[in-house]
Amino acid sequence: MFDTILIANRGEIACRVIESARAMGLRTVAVHSDPDAGARHVALADVAVSIGGASPAESYLRGDAIIAAAQATGAQAIHPGYGFLSENPDFVEAVEAAGLVFIGPSARAIRAMGLKDAAKALMAEAGVPVVPGYQGAEQGAEHLAARADEVGYPVLIKAVAGGGGKGMRLVETPEAFAEALTSAQAEAQGAFGNPVVLIEKFVASPRHIEVQVFGDGTRAVHLFERDCSLQRRHQKVIEEAPAPGMTQAMRRAMGDAAVRAAEAIGYSGAGTVEFIVDGSDGLRADRFWFMEMNTRLQVEHPVTEAVTGVDLVAWQIRVAAGEPLPVQQGDLALTGHAFEARLYAEDVAKGFLPATGRLAHLRFADGARADTGVRAGDVISPHYDPMIAKIITHGATREIALRKLARALRETEVAGTVTNLGFLGALAEHAGFGRGEVDTGLIGREVDALCAAPVPGTSDIAWAALVALGLTGVPGAKSGFTLWSPLRRTVILRTGDEELRVSVTSDGAAHDVQVGETVVQARFDAEWRLDGMRAPGWHRAGDRITLFTGHGQVFDLVDPLQADAQSTGGGDVILAPMPGLVRAIVASAGQVVAAGQRLAILEAMKMEHALIAPRDGTVAELLAVEGAQVEAGAALIRLESEPGAQEAGDTGAAS
Amino acid sequence: MKLASKVLAGSEEFAANRRGHLDALALVSEAAALAAAGGGASARDRHLSRGKMLPRDRVAGLLDPGSAFLEVGATAGHGLYDGAAPGAGLIAGVGRVSGQEVMILCNDATVKGGTYYPITVKKHLRAQEIAEENHLPCLYLVDSGGANLPNQDEVFPDRDHFGRIFYNQARMSAKGIAQIAVVMGSCTAGGAYVPAMSDVTIIVRDQGTIFLAGPPLVKAATGEIVSAEDLGGGDVHTRLSGVADYLAEDDAHALALARRCVAGLNRVRPEGPARVAPELPVYDPEELIGVVPPDLRTPYDIREVIARIVDGSRFDEFKQRFGETLVTGFAHVDGWPVGIIANNGVLFSEAAQKGAHFVELCSQRKIPLVFLQNITGFMVGRKYENEGIARHGAKMVTAVSTTEVPKITMVVGGSFGAGNYGMSGRAYSPRFMWSWPSSRISVMGGEQAAGVLASVKRDGIERRGGHWSAEEEAEFKRPTVEMFERQSHPLYASARLWDDGIIDPRKSREVLALSLSAALNAPIRETRFGLFRM
Repeated sequence: MFDTILIANRGEIACRVIESARAMGLRTVAVHSDPDAGARHVALADVAVSIGGASPAESYLRGDAIIAAAQATGAQAIHPGYGFLSENPDFVEAVEAAGLVFIGPSARAIRAMGLKDAAKALMAEAGVPVVPGYQGAEQGAEHLAARADEVGYPVLIKAVAGGGGKGMRLVETPEAFAEALTSAQAEAQGAFGNPVVLIEKFVASPRHIEVQVFGDGTRAVHLFERDCSLQRRHQKVIEEAPAPGMTQAMRRAMGDAAVRAAEAIGYSGAGTVEFIVDGSDGLRADRFWFMEMNTRLQVEHPVTEAVTGVDLVAWQIRVAAGEPLPVQQGDLALTGHAFEARLYAEDVAKGFLPATGRLAHLRFADGARADTGVRAGDVISPHYDPMIAKIITHGATREIALRKLARALRETEVAGTVTNLGFLGALAEHAGFGRGEVDTGLIGREVDALCAAPVPGTSDIAWAALVALGLTGVPGAKSGFTLWSPLRRTVILRTGDEELRVSVTSDGAAHDVQVGETVVQARFDAEWRLDGMRAPGWHRAGDRITLFTGHGQVFDLVDPLQADAQSTGGGDVILAPMPGLVRAIVASAGQVVAAGQRLAILEAMKMEHALIAPRDGTVAELLAVEGAQVEAGAALIRLESEPGAQEAGDTGAAS
Repeated sequence: MKLASKVLAGSEEFAANRRGHLDALALVSEAAALAAAGGGASARDRHLSRGKMLPRDRVAGLLDPGSAFLEVGATAGHGLYDGAAPGAGLIAGVGRVSGQEVMILCNDATVKGGTYYPITVKKHLRAQEIAEENHLPCLYLVDSGGANLPNQDEVFPDRDHFGRIFYNQARMSAKGIAQIAVVMGSCTAGGAYVPAMSDVTIIVRDQGTIFLAGPPLVKAATGEIVSAEDLGGGDVHTRLSGVADYLAEDDAHALALARRCVAGLNRVRPEGPARVAPELPVYDPEELIGVVPPDLRTPYDIREVIARIVDGSRFDEFKQRFGETLVTGFAHVDGWPVGIIANNGVLFSEAAQKGAHFVELCSQRKIPLVFLQNITGFMVGRKYENEGIARHGAKMVTAVSTTEVPKITMVVGGSFGAGNYGMSGRAYSPRFMWSWPSSRISVMGGEQAAGVLASVKRDGIERRGGHWSAEEEAEFKRPTVEMFERQSHPLYASARLWDDGIIDPRKSREVLALSLSAALNAPIRETRFGLFRM
C-alpha cells in the first residue's frame, strides 16, 4: 500500500478522494492553480503544491507539473478524479514511466474505449448489444432501405453533418422510407452542403441507464445500475440507483454485459458502462444497447456507494496498490434507493448560464450527504465548472429517498450566487418523476414549468422587508418605541422584474407588515413568527437579501440614494458650462454614445473643455454649430430620452 | 437595596385603579390620534397626490429602522383655535438617525399648509431649546407656508416668536450643533430662512421651493410673472442660487441624503455618567396603572412607582428616616445612574432641606436627577411659617434652579403651588417634562382656590351686614372649581406646552431612559449654586 497519494484534481472530487485516503491513513497531496490556492481541497490535504495559472491548460492539465509535484512530495500514486487528465492515456503512460502508479485503468483500456465507433465494434464482438444502425459510404436508396429493414422500424434518418434536427426524419414504416430519405437528403444538402445520412434505431422513450463496474485487470464485478435519464441537453441533473422499474432479469442481463465489456479490455478500477434503454414498453432485457464506457470514477458514483455500502475510492486505491477485487459478485447486494442532485451556480432563468459569485452563505441540510469542494466565503470563479455540491440521499424505498432529497434541497441554504436549487427542487417534487416515469426528454418537455421562478408569498415579502430594515433581531424595550401611534416605514424591494412597496409599522416586539392589501403580523416570542409561522432563515449582503425558503428567494433592497438627481441634473440636454466658442462637435445626430464619451469641445478662457455624454444613449439633435460663440447654459446637444436604448443595443449584438 | 412592593396585583383596588387610568389614557390617546391625523383625510389625500410622503412617514423614513421616537408636544394645540391646528401642525421629537440622536422638526403641510400658529412657533422653539440644551443636531423637514397671517400679531414681533427660530439656528450652529434642512415643500417668506440658515440644505426637485415672496406676491409687487419652480425650485437653488446644496429626486431620496449627512457629522458623544448593564425592573412596569390610584386624594407610597421604573427595582434610599415626605435616593434607569427625588406627601422644612442636600450630592457626582412629582405644596400654618419653611423651601428651589446636571421631571400626580417649583416644574428648565394622564397641575387645588375667593367675598358681604347662604356660596364656587378642573387637566396643559407631553404611565421607564440618553449628548458642566438662605 502507498503511504502518500497525490490528487490531480480540484473541487468536490478532490475533497472526496482526500477523505477516503485519509480514512485509510494515507498522506494526501493536493495540487492547485493560482486562484485555487485557498480552496477547500487544498485546506483538506496534508501537502499542497502550486502548479500554475487559472486556466486548466496552465495547471490541472499539466501532466508534467503534476508528476513533478508527486515526485517532490514523495507520493507513490496519482488519483486523477474525473475530467482533466482522468481519461488521458498519454498521462497514464507518463505517470507509469515516472515510476508512479496511476489510480485507474491502463492506457490501453482507456484507448480502447476512447474511440466511440471502434469501442462499439469491440463491444459487439464481445457480445455486448450495441445500438443497431448503419453509417457508411454506400448511400444508395435501396442499400439504405435494406439497412433500415435490418435495424428494424421505427428508424431515424440523420444527416451525418447535421444538427438541430435539420435533415432528420423519423420513419415509422418501410413504405414511408423512400420519401423520407429523399427529403432528408435534400434538406441535408441544402443546410450543410452534404447529403450523407446515417440510419439508426429510433428509441421512442430513451432512458440513460449505466452500470457501475469495477475490475482488477482481469476480473470484474458490477455494482448494479444507475439511472441518469434526468438530463438537460445531455447534462445529467439528477441520478438514482437502482433504476425505476428495473427487473431482476434486465439487471442481470445488463450487469453481465457490463462485466463482459470491462473484462474484454482488461479493465482495472472503477468504470461505467452506459446503455441506452428503450423504456416505451417497460424495461425489457432485449431493449438495451451499449453507448460508451467511461473509464473513470463518475460524478454520480455516490448513489452507487449509498445503495451498496462500498467506498469506491477506497477500492480504487486498494486495487491500484495491487490488491485483488475486494469482493465477489455474489457478495454485492442492493440496499434501498439513492438519489443525487447536482447543485450548480447557474442562472436557470437565463437558459442555465453558468454563474459566478462569492458564496456568502452556504449550509447543507442534515440527513443528506453533500459532496462539495467549496465552503461559505469561497468564490465560484469563471475558470472552472460551477458546481457547488452534490446532494445525495438514501432511503429504504425510492419514495423515501426522493422525499429526503426534496427535503434536503428545501433545506439547502445558498446566498451570494444564483443556483439551480429551485429547478432541482421542482424536479424532486415532480409528480411524474415521483412515479418513476423517467426519460431523457422529461426536462426538455417541461422546462418552462420546472424553471418557473417561485412567486414569493406575502409573508416571505414581509420578512424580506424586515430583514431589509434590520428588524429581525431580539427586540429591545425601546425598539420602535413611540409615545402613541407607531410609525410606518416603507421599503422598496425588487424581486425578479417586480418592485414591491412594503410598509412596516413597528412597535417593539410587533411589526405589522403591509404587502399590497395584506397585513402580515410579525411577532417575537423567543423567535420571530409571521402570522404564527416561524420565519425562514436569511442572509443579507449589501442590498441583496436571500431568504432560505422556496429554494432560496432573492430580493434587492432599492436604495433611494441610487436615484441620483444630480448626475442627470441637466436632463437630456448638454449645456455649455461657460461662455465660449464651440471648437468642434464630435457627435452626430443618431449616433449611439456611451457615458463619458466626448461629444463636443468648447474653447473658453484659453482652454479647451470636453463636453461628455452624461449617460449611455443616442444623440437626438445637435443644437449648436462648430464655430458658434455660445453663452453659459446654452443648449448644445440633446440626447434621446429613451432608457431602453442601451438594452436594445445589447440584445441586438447578442443575437 | 431591592424595593419590596406591598401591592397585590390581583386585588379589587388594583383593578379599579387600572380602570381609572385606562379611562384617563383613552382621552389622551384620542387626542394624540387626532393630532397624528393632521389636517384630515382630504388634506392627506391631496398631499399624497402630489407625490409627497405624509409627515409621519417622512419622520419614520428619516429614523434608523427600529429607532425610538420620543415625540415632544404630541398633543400641542389640542383644542386651540377651535381645533384648527392638530399637533400644532408640526411634528417634533428625538430619534436616532445614522446611529446618532437628533431632534427632528417636521412641518405638517396637511394642517393649514404647515403655517405657523402661535402654538406652532412655541413648539418649534421648544424643540430647538431641547436640541440646544442637549446638543442634538437639528433636522428640519420643511413644508410650510410661513407665518399664519391671521395670527401675525402673536407669531411675528415678540422675542419668542418667529424670528427666534433663525436666531436659534445661528446660535446652535455656532455651538457646533448641526442644522440640516430638507426642503420637501414650500419655504415661503420667513420660512425661507430655515433652509438658508442651515449648515446643509437638501431640496426635492419639482417639489421643494424656497423664496422670500411667492409668485402671487412677486406679481403684485413688480408685475413679474414667474412659476414657483423657476422662482425658487430645487434646480434653481442647487444650480444657480446656491441656497440649497443637494438636489433630491423625491422625498425618499431626500431623507436618504439627510441620513448620509448625519452619518458624516463626525460627532462623538461626551463622556457621561458611568453606565452599567441595563436591567429590567423586578416589578412589571405594566402594573404602574394598578398600583397608583388615579384619584390624587388617595395617598400611596411613591416607592411603588420607583420599584416599577428602576433597574432591578433597586433603590439606594438616601436619608430615609429624615423628612420622610420626600423620598430621595440613587438608582439606575436603563443602565444610567440617576438621583431620584419623589414626593410622598406635603413638603415640610426637613423634606425641603433633604431635597436641597440631595441635589447638591448629585451635582457633585454629576448624576442626572429624576423628579417624580406628586405634590400638593409646602406645609402651611403658623408653626411652619415661624420655623421658616419659606427659607427651607427656597434652599431647595435654589438647588434645583442652579444645578447643572440634567433634570427630568415626570408629573405622576398633583403639581400644585410652590411644590411645582421645588420639584423642578417647567419654569426650572428640566431637560424634559412629562405628565401622566391622571396628573393635575395648577397653582392650587380648585376647591382651595374657590374657598379662598369665597372667603374674601363672604367677608365683604358680611362686612356690609349681608347674608350669604351656603347655596349661594356653592353657586359662587362652582365656576371656579370647574375652571380649575378644566385648566389643570394634562391635556389643557400639554396643549399649551406646559410640558413636553403626556405619556402612558406604563411607558415611564422607556421615556425616562430615552430622555436621559438624549440629555447626555451634552456634557455635564460644573455646578455653581446660588446662595442658600441658612
